[in-house]
Amino acid sequence: MLDIADSAPAAAAPSTDRWPDRHLLDIDQLSRAQLEQCLDLAVELREQRSRRSAPRLLADEIVGLAFCEPSTRTRVSFQLAATSLGAEVVDLPIEASSVTKGESLADTLRTLERTGVTIIVLRHPMSGAPYHAARSIGARIVNAGDGTHAHPTQALLDALTLREALGTLEGKVITIVGDIAHSRVARSNLHALSMLGASVRLAGPPAWVGPFASWPGVQIADRLEDAMAGADAVMTLRIQFERAAAGGVPTLREYASRWGITEERMRLARPGAPLLHPGPTNEGVEVTAALAAGPRSLIGTQVSNGVPIRMAALALLAP
Amino acid sequence: MSRFGSIADTPATFALTGARLIDPSSGTDVIGDLAVLNGRIAESTELPPDVSRVDATGLIATPGLCDLHAHLREPGMEGAETIATGTRAAAHGGYTTVCAMPNTDPPLDEQARVAWVLERARDAACRVRVVAAATRGREGERATEIGELARMGIAGVSDDGQAVASGRVARGLLAYLGPLGLPLIEHAEDPGLANGTVMRAGPIATRLGLAGWPPSAERTIVERDIALAEETGGWIHFTHLSTAAAIEAVRRAKARGVRVTCDVTPHHLALTDAWVAGDRGFAWEEPAGVAAEPFGTTVAPRRAYDSACRVNPPLASRADALALLAGLADGTIDAMATDHAPHPPERKEVEFAAAAPGMIGLETALSLGLAAVAAGCLGMLRLLEAMATTPARLIGEERSLRPGSTADLVVFDARATWRVEAAGLASASVNTPLLGMELPGVVRLTVASGRITYADGLDTIN
Repeated sequence: MLDIADSAPAAAAPSTDRWPDRHLLDIDQLSRAQLEQCLDLAVELREQRSRRSAPRLLADEIVGLAFCEPSTRTRVSFQLAATSLGAEVVDLPIEASSVTKGESLADTLRTLERTGVTIIVLRHPMSGAPYHAARSIGARIVNAGDGTHAHPTQALLDALTLREALGTLEGKVITIVGDIAHSRVARSNLHALSMLGASVRLAGPPAWVGPFASWPGVQIADRLEDAMAGADAVMTLRIQFERAAAGGVPTLREYASRWGITEERMRLARPGAPLLHPGPTNEGVEVTAALAAGPRSLIGTQVSNGVPIRMAALALLAP
Repeated sequence: MSRFGSIADTPATFALTGARLIDPSSGTDVIGDLAVLNGRIAESTELPPDVSRVDATGLIATPGLCDLHAHLREPGMEGAETIATGTRAAAHGGYTTVCAMPNTDPPLDEQARVAWVLERARDAACRVRVVAAATRGREGERATEIGELARMGIAGVSDDGQAVASGRVARGLLAYLGPLGLPLIEHAEDPGLANGTVMRAGPIATRLGLAGWPPSAERTIVERDIALAEETGGWIHFTHLSTAAAIEAVRRAKARGVRVTCDVTPHHLALTDAWVAGDRGFAWEEPAGVAAEPFGTTVAPRRAYDSACRVNPPLASRADALALLAGLADGTIDAMATDHAPHPPERKEVEFAAAAPGMIGLETALSLGLAAVAAGCLGMLRLLEAMATTPARLIGEERSLRPGSTADLVVFDARATWRVEAAGLASASVNTPLLGMELPGVVRLTVASGRITYADGLDTIN
């Protein structure tokens, strides 16, 4: 039945009606329909890009990549997404504000805006920086990850990856394992997954999962095994070594022994349940190397979906 | 038309008629007349016949407000505030005394620096009392020359901005201060628990991905200092308490007879951590939006992460703000103090975590207090006691409307409202999330030691 409903309007191309907001700051600003519009458009653009026939939806735009933190996959996928839609792309050399440095983030962005940049893709180490930036300048802001707050395009690509692997997210159980407290990926995923009808289980060291106890639709499992049992998909997060050292878990070795995802633990999930990781992985800590490279891993698919999702997000945001 | 005066002006002579005279020192609240002559409150019959009589019908006249905690930023940070602008802000807010905190640059940790501030304040728009640094350089190790400073009339000592981290040093300070009759004014915050945090821990901090300040950061120092005050007989004063647990600890200590007092800021009473997510409801209002559903609704993109809401200690949870209101109402909390903390735009118009903590408060404190009174959280008499007579008593000043008392007054219209706008503030800084809001309570007249330091619309007085 779902198949019929899904395939019936296939003739109608996904809408490129712009999102109402000028900025993409987090998933929580989107309605379910707007979120699904992005996934649908990404599917279409992915196909067009594979035929090298992506529409030049951003031909009038100059997209500035402002990454105040190291990033490989997010940066590259934004760059490819923007260029494949016909935008001009420039690197914006900026830093986070600091007391010792004279110029603030807002000053720098305002200066760069004068060069004609119309969309700024901002990656920043401090939570909320894109909100501050959006208030300070006229250009559109795409949040490419802010501190420990949000990473909306990662959540969109994860939603697309999961939707295609599971058919739908409605009624599915997604288990997220690791340092939720410091994860922007996890927060944006919590918004996106619950919006799409999935329920979420969290597992990890108590300090890293406890604060989420009152998040609606979220269950916290004291034991990893309970979180894994019957899960439709498992997502494990990158552990920052310095955060592990500062508390949360005594050692990485202990983390791996209590929360590392292994073949044996994956067998607790639904048969065939996929494994996701936003990357880069610490193999042997969050997940075994064999699993990460194995048939249940969607890690590569996540990266591939990064480009079309960011194409769709930029297209829906463009002036 | 509003105008400012100074405490060095000629004393004014005038009479107010038909005002609601609220005097917490005697617990009276009556309609009547009030005269000011030669710097003192006088009987109207003592006035010469030709002095101006101002119809104050509908206005409240009460003893001048006293702020135990303000940052005037001079010397060293004059771009944020000066003694001149900060005291004008005080006069605009109804204050006749402010205590200037010592975390200036250089800090007020020796007699010459304290003397310099007192000299600069001689023609300010309100009296300035100095809270001297508790330790040299505010480094938490060696005490300042507290006995010498006491002779200069300091209001107390504090390393505000941080706690006296070492229990041994805090114990020594309390023991030494005891016989001097001065408090150690403690910014109760355990650095090990608080460092790196930027807002109150809780669902909203979790939602926003901001490092959360645990209430234990305050409580542990409060419990420690109560134990030290109890052992030494010294006087501990906790400033800007923000948690229910700390208030409860103070309540128990007071019941045991420990020499402990405390204050709370207007922003910890009225605002909540939901303001960081863009909410603008007061603590006593029914929560809506992100305040009601921390994880459920969209944060307001135009206001979320507004660094004007970054303050230390961070804005409290709603439950704690209500506990603070209850503590102020029942007297566990002795006084309201503003922690007026001006910062220039370059320290505030940055990312939330990069912003300097603090908000201005001298010009909005009375209004937030009146809003709490209007909401039924607090009695008017108790509010004015906590803003005027009690803090004044703690620093050895008198406040009373009785004839013969020093003429220290504020006259305000509790029913009128005003819009908080940058252009209307006397402070040199505008870092407050209240900008744009309509608040109750308009100050019409402030009189310090008989001098008119601020007047708005009562221009017949001269």
